Order: sequence, then C-alpha cells, then structure tokens
Amino acid sequence: MAAATVTMRVWRGDAKGGAFSEHRVEAQEGMVVLDVVHTLQATQAGDLAVRWNCKAGKCGSCSAEINGKPRLMCMTRMNTFEPGETITVAPIKTFPLIRDLATDVSLNYEKAKQIPAFKPGPKEPDGTRRMQQEDVERSQEFRKCIECFLCQNVCHVIRDHPENKPAFAGPRFLMRIAELEMHPLDTNDRLDLAQAKAGLGYCNITKCCTEVCPEHIHITDNAIIPLKERVVTEKYDPVAWLVRKIAGKS
Amino acid sequence: MAANETYETHEYDVIVIGAGGAGLRAAIEASAAGVKTALICKSLLGKAHTVMAEGGIAAAMGNVWKEDNWKVHFRDTMRGGKMLNNWRMAQLHAMEAPDRVLELEEWGALFDRTKDGLISQRDFGGHRYARLAHVGDRTGLELIRTLQQHAVHKGLDVHMECNVQRLLKDGDRVCGAVGYWRPSGKLVVFKAKAVILATGSIGKAWKFTSNSWESTGDGITLGLDAGAELIDMECVQFHPTGMVWPTSVRGILVTEGVRGDGGTLKNSEGVRFMFNYIPEYFKSETADSEKEADAWYEDKKNRRTPDLLPRDEVARAINAEVKAGRGSPHGGVFLDICTRRSADYIRKRLPSMYHQFKELADVDITKEPMEVGPTCHYMNGGIRVNADTTATCVPGLFAAGEVAGGLHGANRLGGNSLSDLIVFGRRAGLYAAEYVKGLKGAAGVDAGQAQASIRELLSPFERTGGENPYAIHSDLQECMQSLVGIIRTEGELRKALAEIAVFKQRLARVKVAGGRDFNPAWHLALDLYSMLSVSEAVTLGAIARKESRGGHTRDDYPMADDRLGKVNMVIRKRSGEFSVTEEPIPEMPPELKALLQEKK
Repeated sequence: MAAATVTMRVWRGDAKGGAFSEHRVEAQEGMVVLDVVHTLQATQAGDLAVRWNCKAGKCGSCSAEINGKPRLMCMTRMNTFEPGETITVAPIKTFPLIRDLATDVSLNYEKAKQIPAFKPGPKEPDGTRRMQQEDVERSQEFRKCIECFLCQNVCHVIRDHPENKPAFAGPRFLMRIAELEMHPLDTNDRLDLAQAKAGLGYCNITKCCTEVCPEHIHITDNAIIPLKERVVTEKYDPVAWLVRKIAGKS
Repeated sequence: MAANETYETHEYDVIVIGAGGAGLRAAIEASAAGVKTALICKSLLGKAHTVMAEGGIAAAMGNVWKEDNWKVHFRDTMRGGKMLNNWRMAQLHAMEAPDRVLELEEWGALFDRTKDGLISQRDFGGHRYARLAHVGDRTGLELIRTLQQHAVHKGLDVHMECNVQRLLKDGDRVCGAVGYWRPSGKLVVFKAKAVILATGSIGKAWKFTSNSWESTGDGITLGLDAGAELIDMECVQFHPTGMVWPTSVRGILVTEGVRGDGGTLKNSEGVRFMFNYIPEYFKSETADSEKEADAWYEDKKNRRTPDLLPRDEVARAINAEVKAGRGSPHGGVFLDICTRRSADYIRKRLPSMYHQFKELADVDITKEPMEVGPTCHYMNGGIRVNADTTATCVPGLFAAGEVAGGLHGANRLGGNSLSDLIVFGRRAGLYAAEYVKGLKGAAGVDAGQAQASIRELLSPFERTGGENPYAIHSDLQECMQSLVGIIRTEGELRKALAEIAVFKQRLARVKVAGGRDFNPAWHLALDLYSMLSVSEAVTLGAIARKESRGGHTRDDYPMADDRLGKVNMVIRKRSGEFSVTEEPIPEMPPELKALLQEKK
C-alpha cells in the first residue's frame, strides 16, 4: 500500500451529545490508525481530543473502539482493513465521555487504591530475597498489563450494567489481586476483598477480557479462575468454615 | 477575556512535576519525610515515558559477576560519558543504585531471577559486567508500576492530566506554579514551598525519536525561565537502534538488550561492521575478532563485543555505514539475533521486541533480521544541580532524572537512566523536604504574577493570526532532524538558529480553534514554547562546543579537544536572552582519579 486516501468516521462530541464526523484522510504506507487520527488532527480537526503517549503499544493510552472492536489505535495497522473500507473510531463505551475519543477512566484509579499494598514477609537469614524464576513467572504475566483498560471496557458486568461499578473491580483489578496472591513474598490476604468488595462472583468467565488484551494476558484462565478456586477453597471449605466458626470469625 | 481569569488554588509543601520514575520516587520520599506533597503529571498516572524503558536498571549488585562493584560502575559511567560527567553524581549513582533496586523489590517488583533466586543481571553497552536488573524487555513498566502502586498508599495527592506551564517566584525563591487541567481547560495555581522538576526529555523536537508525546522539554524550560542554569545541552543521545520501517513508526526504540543478549549489527554485505569502528579510547577493552566477541558473553575474561560499545560510537558507525551505501533497504542497518539465538530464547528474553516487530512491521525477529537506525533518544545534559541535594541555583527549585544534567556527561550508558531516576528521585524528595522544614517565613504568591502567566496561557485563543501549531511542530522537527542531528557543522547549526527564530515568530501568530476542554491544538501551542526553547539551547550549546565528544559530533571539529573536555557549556536566560559560557567541570578527588587509571 502506498499513499491512499481513506474514509474515517470519528466520534466528535462530549457528555451532552455528539455524532460521527466523516473525513477523507491521506494515509501513508505502514501507518496505524493513530497515525491517521493524527493526520486528521493536524490538517482538518485541530481540537480533536485523543489520548496517546508512546505510540508503541507500551503505555496503554490510546484505547478506542475501531469498527466496533476495542483496540489500541497505535497497534492497529491500516493494512488490516479492506481497501476502501470506512474506518469508524469511537471512544471506549464503558467510561464517561470527556470529549471526542477521550473518556474519564478515573474509576480505575479508585479501584486500584482499594487493593491493599504488597506486604513482604521476613528476609532470608542472609538478608536477601530469593525467588525462583518459575515462581515469579505467574505474577510476571499479569505485570505485563499496560492498563489500557480495554478489559474493563468490554466486561459486560459493567459495560451493560453501570450500576455494578461500585461493587465490581473489573478484570484488571481482579487480576491485580491474583497477582499479589501469587507473589511469592506477599503476606497480605485479599481473598475477602476479592469476594466481598471486588465482586469476583459477578464474573461468569465469558473471557471477553482475555480476547481484547493487547498484551495477550490470559486474564480469565490464569488470574480470575485460580482466584475463584482459592476463594472456594478458603471460604467454602467445610473444615475451614468450622475452624472460623469456632474461632468466632465470619 | 475578562481582566482576571478565575482559577483554583492548591497549597502544598512540595510539588513534584512529572510522574515518571524520578517524579514518583521523589514524591514518595518527600511524603515519607512528613511534608505535604503533590505529584502533578500531564498524562494519566503510569503512562509517563519511563514506561517505554526496556533493557534494565544498571546497579552493581554483583549477583551475576561477583567482581562487580560500585567502583567499576563509576569507572564505566565516567568513561562512557567521555569524562564530562559530574564525578560526584556518578559516584553517588554507582554507590546507591543497588539499594534502590532492592527497595523496588521490597515494594513488590518482580525482576527476572538468577539460578540462586537473586535478581538477574544482563549485559549492556559500556558496562564491564552483566549489570542490568531487568524484567524481560519491559523493565520501565515494572519500575513505574511498582512505584505507582506503592505511592497510591502513601497519602500523597496525585493530580493527573494537569499541565504545569509557568513557575511562580517570590523574590529569588520559587513559590508555586501555574497550569491547566487538560480535560476541562480550567486553570490552576499551586502554592508550594519547594518544586521538584522531574519532567524528562526533549525528544519531540526531532522527527525520528523514541520519545513519547510528553517529551517536550517542559521542565528544562520552566527551570531556565525561573533562573536555573543548563549544562551539556549539546550532548543529545541518538540511540543507535530505532525502527526505521515503516516510516510511521520510525524511531521507536529497539532495546540494546537485543545486542546484550547476543544480537549483532551487520551491513548489507553481511559484515559485522562494528569491528571497523573501535575507537582508540576503547581499544584495550574491546574484542577485535568475532571469536573473542562471541566468547565474551559467556566468559568475561574475553574483551567486550564492539556491538556493545557506548551508544554514541555505535550510532555514528551506523550512520557512516548507511552513508557509505552499505545500508539496509529502508536506510538503516541489520540487527540480527535470529541466526544467533533460538526462537524460544528470543521470545523469552525479548517479548516486546518480538511483539513490536510482528505487529508494526510484519517482521518475525526469530526468523529475520531487524532493520534499525539511530533515533533521538535522550538528553544527556539538562538543569545544573547540586550533586548531593539535586538543588538548582534557584532556592526551592530541585531537579531529578532526565531533566537534570551532569551524571551522564557527554553520553549516557544504557541502564543508567532508570537507576538515575530512583537514586536522584529519592534525593530530590529528601532534600526538598529538608529545605521546606528549614524555611523561615511563608512565601506569598503574587496574584498579578499568576494572572500574567494565565494571560500568556490563554493567548492562543485570542489572536487573529492563522498559524497552525501542528505545522510549526512538523517544521521544527524537520529542522532539528536535518540541521541538529547526529553529525553537525557550524553552518547548519547557525541555519537552525535562524529557523528557530522564525518558528518563534510563527508561534506568536498561532490561533487555536475550538474550546478549552481537551483541546490538543491548544496543548501543542503551549508545549511548542518549551520545544523551541530547548531547541535553541541545544543548538547554542552545539555551536559553542567546537569539538566532538560523546553524543555531540562536529564534522568540522572531528576530534576531542582536551581543553573543552574540562568545561561545561552553561546556558542561562536573562531578560529573554540566552547566553552560553564555558565553566570548569568540578575537579575529581585523587582517590577517584585512581579508579579511572586502573587498567582493568
């Protein structure tokens, strides 16, 4: 593909309302959607609001819904579309719109604060911390997360039911809890939190989050399902239940 | 516009501007010292440019090579910087980096491990031993996320998407800052007893850069305008390996870890050309045969592969190969790891490089070589600070991380940036808090001063001129790329100065359409002020340094000059005018000099 003119439909508007605006834009070979949005901004729509930082798939800022699919604009190449295909770019739906393609994702930062911090146990007798590579790899997978919030965006628990937002942390933060639970050094117990406040039970493992993760993290299989299993083992194991009952803890 | 714009006011002991590694670490420290602290960042938290750092954090922990220690790290850093470094910063950095890395582990970071379960360390350019603590090739993400997750529980305020544009002063002292909220466009004044600048780089003034949106030189400009001094601005680091194709991704970083893990540079004839570019300065420590170079990875008794010479040397070599007609199809050279390491190893050690080339260039790096070329990467210089305290010459103003100059001299070694952030970020927080505690009498923010700044900020909406900020930015990038690039001459530098003067006039005619809420044209118009200011400083420094040293190469003065190797080019701005003066670099004490003279 050399230079070609493409048709872009981009959402323009704010919380009060808006509409798609159609533009013909020059696209060069090898461009990604974010490049074309930038070209549009530089030549036709200077005040088009769009978040981006690294343009290399590492910061997770430029999340959008491209032809209905939640993607990073910087990692979506123009040559993945049919020649002549109109490309529609909309803001991610689950979060309140600020303007154009920028949404208010502050809910995610609130959820992050609610998760108790990492708390390591005592050091080794020689003053070091020792962990084997295979033991850190489980949590390392989750720490690849670039916080693009696409998983939060597609999760139907909050996408279709905003009323669940207070009671449900969303896949990103259930994964964060799982990450800490699987951290070889951590001593905090967050299983109560996972079940009671983070709403682990709301997740019915449809794997929408896993499908859209640009880092290809197995959110459902490796984080959420094991977390559910741990909660079951800890909270619904009859022996553990009896011990808690006797000890007077609920 | 009304005579007086309304604005909200916040009051703190310490404000930290910028929330990359240095800013986060500074805010954590200041807050821990018991002073009321705010962290202000122009993006969302966790998105700063630090997130893009790949290879690792340099710290002489000796986990892989027990022979390693701070003295060797100090020596490597000074030699890599061609001795222009501030010796005291280099000493503190080398001594404290291991503790700062271990501290990250205490806060939850999960580094890759050695077989003994300790933090693993990898080879990088200019480092004698495998020294970089890392997590695959996404170490910056690990660093920023660890600090971010630690900070949110420490009782400091975080103001996101807030862009600070001017500093306020009470007499000589800094007493606050003026900015705007990007989502709403509303104005804000921060009253503060101390301000820490941690705003990072300047790369967005160049066309091909590895830098993110934010790297527009804000902090350097804020400091300069407030009376701070700049050093070594001419020493821009061009990273040797950025992507070169497709054009739209040109400049995106390809980590040095590719070469650290066994990758090698080749020209179109298949020759490992770095053997032809070993400078006299590094001859005694660099392998001169492919056999020795390859053996070095396993046994450090061999000399280091020339593929891992410091970045300035490798960038110039690539430039020369392309110029000589031995480049790759898209104007770079080849970086080959696929014939040297297994596909499994590559995917495990370099997952984001694999991903990046696959998704952006349709190249499978386990099967094909990469095409790479130099990209504007790092500001080695920056604001002059006290080595121990990070204080600038302006009372109450501190600077840490990439915005500060001195540690890296004329050229930074890979991995020394992330360690810089946490070593000097911590020191900035510590000493800013100490300064605040020692202050007598409150500083007052002058409402007239704040209103004057606000009028400047809003002026792009008021004008009748027709300049488009995006067009000015694009022209500036062309100018800096072609005239103030890797190889410089007096004539081209003077031409750049003249063009920058015209860009300034054009910026004064920018008219921004639309409203104030989340308006990127307005944001860019304001950021252009900073970009033009740092472009001018770099160009002036480059004209003044009539020699070639580290990241600064003059075609008309191709050799290093011993006399100039003992001075910094110091830039000041008084009454709107820039000045450049040569000032001696601090004299190193004899015991440290001795470390540099040791052969091995």
